Amino acid sequence: MKFTLSWLREHLDTDASLDTITDTLTRIGLELESVEDRGAALAPFRIARVVEAVQHPNADRLRACTVDVGDGRAISVVCGAPNARTGMKAVFAAPGSFIPGTGITLKVGEIRGIQSAGMLLSAREMGLGDDHSGIVDLPEDAPIGESYVRWAGLDDPVIDISVTPNRGDALSVRGVARDLAAAGIGTLKPWSAPPVPASFASPLRWAIAMPEACPFVLGRTLRVTRNDASPRWLAERLIAIGLRPINALVDVTNFFTYDLGRPLHVFDAHKVAGGTLTMRPGAGETFRALNGRDYTVTAEDCVIADAAGVQSLAGVIGGEATGCDDSTRTVFIECALFDPVRVALTGRRHQITSDARQRFERGIDPALLPAATEAATRLILDLCGGEASEVVAAGAEPRWQRTASLRFSRLAGLGGLDVPADEAVASLERLGFTVAARDAERVTVNVPSWRNDIAAGTPLDPVPGLDVTAAAAGRALAEPEADLVEEVLRLRGLDAVPPVSMTVPGPVPQPTLTPRQTRAALARRVLAAQGLAECVTFSFTEGTQAALFAPADPALRLANPIAADLDQLRPTPVATLALAAQRNAARGWPDLALFEVGPAFHGVAPEAQPVLAAGLRTGATPRSWIAPARKLDAFDAKADVWAVLTALGVPMEALSVSADAPGFYHPGQSGVVRQGPKLALATFGVLHPRVLAALELPGPAVAFEIFLDAIAEPKRRRRAPPDLPAFMPVRRDFAFVVAADVAAETVLRAAKGADRALIAAVSLFDVYAGAQLAADEKSLGVEVVLQPRERTLTDAEIEALCAKIAAAVTKATGGRLR
Amino acid sequence: MTDDLESLHSETAAALRAAADLRAWDTVRVGVLGKNGKLTALLKQLGTVPAEQRRERGAALNRLKDALAALIEARRLELEEADLASRLAAERIDPTLPPRPVPAGLIHPISRTMEEMAAIFGAMGFAIAEGPDVESDWHNFGALNIPAHHPARADHDTFYLPPATEDSPPPVLRTHTSPVQVRAMLRQQPPLRVVVMGRTYRADHDATHSPMFHQLEGLAIDRDLTLGHLKGCLIDFLRSFFGIATLPVRFRASYFPFTEPSMEVDIGWNRRTGELGGGGDWLEILGSGMVHPKVLANVGIDPSVWQGFAFGMGVERVTMLKHGIPDLRPFYDSDIRWLRHYGTTPLAPAMLHEGV
Repeated sequence: MKFTLSWLREHLDTDASLDTITDTLTRIGLELESVEDRGAALAPFRIARVVEAVQHPNADRLRACTVDVGDGRAISVVCGAPNARTGMKAVFAAPGSFIPGTGITLKVGEIRGIQSAGMLLSAREMGLGDDHSGIVDLPEDAPIGESYVRWAGLDDPVIDISVTPNRGDALSVRGVARDLAAAGIGTLKPWSAPPVPASFASPLRWAIAMPEACPFVLGRTLRVTRNDASPRWLAERLIAIGLRPINALVDVTNFFTYDLGRPLHVFDAHKVAGGTLTMRPGAGETFRALNGRDYTVTAEDCVIADAAGVQSLAGVIGGEATGCDDSTRTVFIECALFDPVRVALTGRRHQITSDARQRFERGIDPALLPAATEAATRLILDLCGGEASEVVAAGAEPRWQRTASLRFSRLAGLGGLDVPADEAVASLERLGFTVAARDAERVTVNVPSWRNDIAAGTPLDPVPGLDVTAAAAGRALAEPEADLVEEVLRLRGLDAVPPVSMTVPGPVPQPTLTPRQTRAALARRVLAAQGLAECVTFSFTEGTQAALFAPADPALRLANPIAADLDQLRPTPVATLALAAQRNAARGWPDLALFEVGPAFHGVAPEAQPVLAAGLRTGATPRSWIAPARKLDAFDAKADVWAVLTALGVPMEALSVSADAPGFYHPGQSGVVRQGPKLALATFGVLHPRVLAALELPGPAVAFEIFLDAIAEPKRRRRAPPDLPAFMPVRRDFAFVVAADVAAETVLRAAKGADRALIAAVSLFDVYAGAQLAADEKSLGVEVVLQPRERTLTDAEIEALCAKIAAAVTKATGGRLR
Repeated sequence: MTDDLESLHSETAAALRAAADLRAWDTVRVGVLGKNGKLTALLKQLGTVPAEQRRERGAALNRLKDALAALIEARRLELEEADLASRLAAERIDPTLPPRPVPAGLIHPISRTMEEMAAIFGAMGFAIAEGPDVESDWHNFGALNIPAHHPARADHDTFYLPPATEDSPPPVLRTHTSPVQVRAMLRQQPPLRVVVMGRTYRADHDATHSPMFHQLEGLAIDRDLTLGHLKGCLIDFLRSFFGIATLPVRFRASYFPFTEPSMEVDIGWNRRTGELGGGGDWLEILGSGMVHPKVLANVGIDPSVWQGFAFGMGVERVTMLKHGIPDLRPFYDSDIRWLRHYGTTPLAPAMLHEGV
């Protein structure tokens, strides 16, 4: 919302400085966006008369001018403008002044033998536009010696504020002035619009066939004698706030849109077919709007139609066919009240933003229609001459009157600031509230017509199935109070409220994280400690890339993606990590270890959005003089999984690995880590060569996913005391020859199970396949740790145990001792 | 001492000096003190010495034995010392060679900031709440007093997913973490204090906006929490988080559909240098307010009994300010060079007693 300082002063009587005004605006919730002081850079330039302009004796394209700036001197200026001529009025820049359009500070110079002690300026040189066809040619009555800025009205700062969606009333200069006056910056000037007498019957009438969209509308026909350019004061105000002056009739509607926050529309009455304009639902017709575009209206849109069809999209934009131009001599003013919701939805449906929509959808003053019609009539007649019909109406002003109550104790009880009752009431009165009743505890005020945000009582949207009767009754009491507390506090400034630190039940805080969150935090730290760098990648990616990792679910495709490569929610963070690896490889960093703790998306329900710790390693281990680099393999990923699961307290000996990992892994070099037959805790493996090829990732690449939500909370029971036998353990190595497809896990489990009391640990230290074995065989080197408990084992006992172990493995796998 | 003893002493001393290693030394030792050694032989001959000389001779032999044993032992130590010295010299390495590589992993600055936030708000009695990224329209908007036509919806640039049925509102990617407020209030009766940290999404992509970013959301509901507590809580947080005890904090009236009164919060900084804490300029950093009575009523909490405050801020924004990170986009690019530059060690998590 833009306005100029002088425009504000039309409504606000104040001596406050610009800085005070803008600081106050920000403090009371009308946040300052910018102040543009267009005149500051032009301050040194004065209006001058060109006493004489003759051809430069030594240059074809230059003129030698003598300039009078009103101080009695005759100043010599060499000028290249083709329009420099004797007797004209122009803008003069003296030596030493800075020319904004060229960035040059002027000096006295000599051009081809003639002194030039200044410059006559074009609009572009002043930074006021693109015109550089010649110097500015001022009217004959421009006063010599006067500051150009002051004369042209450019010494009027343009203030731009951002208005929050609840404050439709502040989308008007008068509304801003009212707030400033209430905050103590001056006095709001009285405003009224005396009725303009009617001299004929309006040939156009209103009809409302859609009262839910338009409860009330006024209109008036004016016969004008001309419709040419607006006077300078009006055109300059519109230009200052970024609007283009069009003609007086249109400019008047734009003026009131900003001055009073009251959008108006003018129809050229001669272009309206039939004698009635009707508010009605659209019926699929197409009409051309004032922006030159065609819109097809729906039954949800309220349109204004004449006998020929749709002429305007109510509250949003007018139509080209009935617009006013220079030839308009009979004009019909529309001053309507539209339903905010319907205007908002229509505007959004057709993607039209307009000053009118912006105001109607926030709600305009429902009581202002008669006065605004009179004010617009008066201004049009002043500018265009002529006479006015009577005011025609349809519908009636809806009942907007309501009250709001405030217990004074709530100022401290909710707002944290103890404001004296009298001061609180005075603040509200300055905003236009009037006291309906008051006692020591509370005040009840009438809400002004323009504050549709106060005690609005809009419908609740409660959670389905919950009885909110009591809560709704509490809301009816609490909301108007909160509204009024806010008004009182914002005018005083929230900085006045003393801060109070939170009290806590005790000096030692309770844990902040839930066990689930602690799990994620621990997984993050473990993976970083494993040497992986944490990434945060987007939750969405390109559909085809997502499809490399899981069939793309259409329910997880964004309806309105910001870019084609960000249109599908990722099935796994591995998908976006792979893209991160690809980007790094393209920059020359192929050896990577990346991880992310973030969501995967399997559906839109909350439980279908699990949090995963996922990682991706690519390339090889670091090169070093001490050990050669090694290409990564599935066991690098498995090590990361193991590190995290161990840290999270998963009973590792209870885990098994199955070979049914998702399709984005190499089917022969991947696994699913399971706890029991059903519960999958993690997957790991080498990425499928097809995925690598599609992503143009240099291999090898290994990945893992850890399903943090699947991991049970470690039981918080007291630990048993540690097992610290007094006897030395005995270690024995075995080499078992088994069929190549026998899982190592089976061999280890069989060995471990051979004697539950004495076998403390079993580990695999070697895997061999080669010339000394059959082609479908492999040899597994297994170390067994025997832990005597009662006494040292005899050689015979050890031998017997070893035989038992060998037998158990043979029974389980058909293998033999090598 | 007699001559023969004298000469044995000097002979042995010379032999020891000549012994260059322990093997030669052992030969000398055996040649003197061994079973067939020269001194042993002399001792054996003591019986043949006339009785009157025997005592004196015996004493002299014993003295000689002690002296030779000391000489021999001293030489052994010398040789061992020399041996060790030459072994150490032979075993010398180049200590400037690099160690075995241990790849260092690290924590992303967004996670680090969220850890710090959890630590500080945890000390103020807040617990962490969570919710899904894909939300229902009601949780994201309706419950928070943002009906379908509300102008604030246009500001949210919402991402939509396909609706389940033709008439149902489409699921959205949450545009803020505020829907978790709603979930928290439905899950837990007041009083409650929760903070929410997580991913949020808006259809906006330029130098200062990312379609995915992170927010911190706070909610406190009790019987007597006022705007003063909101201010105190935020001032305490901001000064602790930025580590500036005197950080200027300014509160301005504003509007959010889900709070009333609402305020925006600025911190003092120097716009030119980017330095926080002074400089006379103000930087908007978060939005906040007293929870709107409609929001409470929508989840069945009676706003004439319970009241409280809510606030929200951008995690990336405060991270950039705290660490002077100039650009938003690299946060999500996973450029390993950027991650190594701004990432932190996992072994120093944010802990109040170590300082955040």
